[in-house]
Amino acid sequence: MTQSNRLSGGQIDRNTTLKFTFDGKTYDGHPGDTLASALLANNVRLMGRSFKYHRPRGPLTAGSEEPNAIVELRSGDRQEPNTRATTAELYDGLVAKSQNRWPSLAFDAMAINDRFSNFLTAGFYYKTFMWPAAFWEKVYEPIIRKAAGLGSLSMQADPDAYDKGFRHCELLIVGAGPAGLMAALTAGRAGRDVILADEDFAMGGQLNSETFALNDAPALDWTTATVAELSSLPNVRLMPRTTVIGAFDHGIYGAVERISDHLETPPEGKPRQILWRIYTQKTLLCAGATERSIAFENNDRPGIMLASAIRTYANRWAATPAQRVTIFTNNDDGHRTAADLHAKHVNIAAVVDTRADAPFSSDYEVIKGAQVVDTKGRLGLTFAELRLANGESRTVECGALGVSGGWNPNVHLTCHQRGRPTWNEDLAAFVPGADLPPGMTVAGAADGTFSTHGALTSGANAAARILDIKPSDAPTTEDAAVRQTPFWFVEGCSRAWLDQQNDVTVKDVKLSHQEGFRSVEHLKRYTTLGMATDQGKTSNMGGLAIMAELVGKSIPEVGTTIFRPPYTPTAIGVLGGRMRGMDFHPTRLTPSHFWAKERGAVFVEVGNWLRAQWFPIAGETNWRASVDREVRATRNSVGVCDCTTLGKIDVQGTDAALFLNKVYCNGFAKLAVGKTRYGLMLREDGIAMDDGTAGRLAEDHFVVTTTTANAGKVYQHMEFVRQCLMPDADVQLISTTEAWAQYAVAGPNSRKLLQKIVDPAFDISNDGFPFMACGNITVCGGLRARLFRISFSGELAFEIAVPSRYGDALIRKLMAQGEEFDVTPYGTEALGVMRIEKGHAAGNELNGTTTALNLGMGRMVSKAKDSIGSKLSERAGLNEDGALAQVGIKPVNAADKITAGGHLMAATGPVDAKHDQGYVTSAAFSPSLDHMIGLGFLKDGGSRLGETMRLVSPVTDLTVEVEIVSAHFVDPEGERVRA
Amino acid sequence: MHDLIAITALGGSAPRVDRVADTTLTENPGIALASVAARMDQETTCRKHLKAVIGAVPGPGKVQLHDPEAGFWMGPDQWMVGAPFDTHEDLAAQLKARFGESASVTEQTDAWVCFDLRGDGMEAVMELLCNVNIRAMQTGDAQRTSIHHLGCFVLRRDPSDWVRILGPRASAGSLHHAILTAMKSAL
Repeated sequence: MTQSNRLSGGQIDRNTTLKFTFDGKTYDGHPGDTLASALLANNVRLMGRSFKYHRPRGPLTAGSEEPNAIVELRSGDRQEPNTRATTAELYDGLVAKSQNRWPSLAFDAMAINDRFSNFLTAGFYYKTFMWPAAFWEKVYEPIIRKAAGLGSLSMQADPDAYDKGFRHCELLIVGAGPAGLMAALTAGRAGRDVILADEDFAMGGQLNSETFALNDAPALDWTTATVAELSSLPNVRLMPRTTVIGAFDHGIYGAVERISDHLETPPEGKPRQILWRIYTQKTLLCAGATERSIAFENNDRPGIMLASAIRTYANRWAATPAQRVTIFTNNDDGHRTAADLHAKHVNIAAVVDTRADAPFSSDYEVIKGAQVVDTKGRLGLTFAELRLANGESRTVECGALGVSGGWNPNVHLTCHQRGRPTWNEDLAAFVPGADLPPGMTVAGAADGTFSTHGALTSGANAAARILDIKPSDAPTTEDAAVRQTPFWFVEGCSRAWLDQQNDVTVKDVKLSHQEGFRSVEHLKRYTTLGMATDQGKTSNMGGLAIMAELVGKSIPEVGTTIFRPPYTPTAIGVLGGRMRGMDFHPTRLTPSHFWAKERGAVFVEVGNWLRAQWFPIAGETNWRASVDREVRATRNSVGVCDCTTLGKIDVQGTDAALFLNKVYCNGFAKLAVGKTRYGLMLREDGIAMDDGTAGRLAEDHFVVTTTTANAGKVYQHMEFVRQCLMPDADVQLISTTEAWAQYAVAGPNSRKLLQKIVDPAFDISNDGFPFMACGNITVCGGLRARLFRISFSGELAFEIAVPSRYGDALIRKLMAQGEEFDVTPYGTEALGVMRIEKGHAAGNELNGTTTALNLGMGRMVSKAKDSIGSKLSERAGLNEDGALAQVGIKPVNAADKITAGGHLMAATGPVDAKHDQGYVTSAAFSPSLDHMIGLGFLKDGGSRLGETMRLVSPVTDLTVEVEIVSAHFVDPEGERVRA
Repeated sequence: MHDLIAITALGGSAPRVDRVADTTLTENPGIALASVAARMDQETTCRKHLKAVIGAVPGPGKVQLHDPEAGFWMGPDQWMVGAPFDTHEDLAAQLKARFGESASVTEQTDAWVCFDLRGDGMEAVMELLCNVNIRAMQTGDAQRTSIHHLGCFVLRRDPSDWVRILGPRASAGSLHHAILTAMKSAL
């Protein structure tokens, strides 16, 4: 199809033709076009259907404030709903579809809603779906949800990536129109660190839409030269295609840069968009202004647009929505559109000016004191109905109608920290208030300075003032005084559209008032005015004005609703950035990870760590087979487990022992050098927080271990104690978790294996290195290492640590040297089984509700010293008779299952919460006993060993007869660990 | 001499090198590290030793680039000292011998992975990684920051197209992936 509505001139590259499709039909456009400008050039005005009534709609604007021309862009997994055709840059092969219509844009069956508009007024849902209440969730809501929404999701994962980034500057300039460019020139020439961001792909702002001269040359010449100069300055960063979406605390601004949206697919490795966090000392808002519409009957037909938008399409993109255009205005700016269109040989049907003293034109008819009262045309405008000054009617034939109701400064970012704009009577518009975000200044049209020269000068002066420098000279250009008198709506209209995206009419505002919703915030929520993706940029003011008239107040008395970020719709993808899938969080790998992977280990995430759960070997068909084998091998000979992930905190200083005495409930002051002790940390409230060991390597040097999951929290807690509770103590902390690769070597042959590794100078016999010993040693011919004789498994066991880079070599060495003992690597599952067999508490038992007393460690809480939590552990409520105590649980029938989470009930009697006696925290199959076992808490558990009870789990429908036994299933006397 | 062969933080037998456009990311296992924290009331002595070892006492946000030992500020009266691994594998022991009771010294060599990011695109890459004001950062500046949720140190080296990133060793793979992804994105 030819571009029948393409005009002369414009900032498009006619040497290149781009093919694109809209609803399956192919059109031509040029680089520089937006989807909307290219469609208009191809005589396509109808681009969408409205949200509620499915009314035919075309573009209203030429920018990001667009409510109507909302399309689905791209196809397949890149399909993106609710994209504004007015900002979508055209590229070759672009695929766009209209949305919210069925079966087609021209014939939309859902347009039947329009016939029922008398029923579907504001508050329709609230009033209609009240009863029966039970219907809401199952019937009404699903139906409403199905009918609601504009575009559709592809239901496929987005194949593109999004980045997040950080930029810093001295001055952030938002908007590269005349004010922004002059501000950047002023600051840039002075060598200051400037970021100039603009949402458009071409800098220049309104200058791109105008035909008047700057310094006696076309505006484009000045813009091009200015952008070139700014680009050459290393201290100025230009960020086109970047929307500053919000003004946040402490001088931080959010900005979305569209890196690849103007391409079919992003280049390899490049993101589609970047969410920048811009840290700035000062901000100059030069966001310009948005033209406002006038409400009249049927003012939403395709072809009815803001007059300035028609001017922009004509001047910048050489496109017109129709060859015959009417202008409806209440100010001089409307006449400028008419003049520019006339110069491009577009037929001006008439300029309808509400003012009796409207300017005269010799080129076209100006109808003074008249109003447009209605329009005609099913899928696009055909006629405008006028009411003349003398009260007579007249019909004007036209394909487009430009409406100009004056301009509203874009104050949004000035209000993101709850500031309110103030009413300027001269402009009949809201301008930035006094309560701006700290560091922000406003210039140009955003500050109500509407003439071009005024904007240029105010930008230069503002930058000069902010940075205490000299302003650059602004070019000479038009400096017309602005006459802006309020004219919001045509008397007597009812289905006159205010919010075209959410289908809110003048009638809806009146209904809201009639039903008592008079606060502007209530009006917004009751009618949904301004709640669509355009956030009411073209509609809120009209709604306010009408409400003001209805309640008999002035517009500033009615006030505005709160402006919130983001300024324009922002994709969830860019808020997520790279944090998706496997990159959602970083992983932590132990030094033996690559070795474990070679052995086919099955890994589990523990915090960010990947830990080997078990190491399957040939012939094993399920995890239990592997785990049982690993347990038996360890108990019978020797097993090795990677315990690098346990937190390790280096505690040094002359008061190190004093410090540990404070954080552990049991005593550490008298721990001998070369010895390790189990320690329990309590929270301030007396509940158990974490457990671990502390080895004393020197008088003033301890190595504390924590559980894997709590390593960070315990370190944080210890830092708090050090800095805030014991500021006068000489103690220094640093994490060494990742510095050392640490392996548990457990089982009756563990010593024999280690004797092949540990250098002969170190005696690790039972006498030379008894249970709970620790020390610095060397291994494998001189490598520094640490050895601890501690046991989580209940076997004779050691933990050996070497610098992480040697961890891989050490595990391979242990495996090679252990061959004669059938050494077996074991994972976290076998580790868990063995600690349950031994009755050691772990995370399941230290669950944030249990005390030392519950854990059977009540006597560990030393009364001889003060430690964190010790006082509150004495609370009566934590020390009642019959308190929960840790016990072991075994099935009476060996084949029965024990379930963690199950509750303990008396052998007979009711099974309910009232009769609950306790609960099971850990359960496992014990290869050593050949049946399942469990650990749990039972009221007065210590005196109930041998009792038969019922373990019930209503969740899994389980009832099992169990016997309460000692929690120490294996080696209760502890002979093995001391062997 | 022991017979255990070290692997790098990324799991290789040799350091990994990646180049995107004119910028290079190099895994650097050749740095020995030890933290030095002044003991209470020993701050003056500790600082004296530190100055003797690395030539100055770096203040907050600063790194003293010195040969062979260098060091940067980590916290009040706390510094990280670095030296070539080949000649200073026992750095912590050496420092403890010198500082004596004036400081707590802890071996940190293998707590960290070290990446050197160098080239014309370094600043553009850093802007995607962390909120360090990289354009204002000068040679000799050091910052603690978060990269891909990981607590890292960023040291600006000489020449200034070079930063050294120290991150938690166990997450070397994730950190490397994040930096390399940013390089491909920015360059």
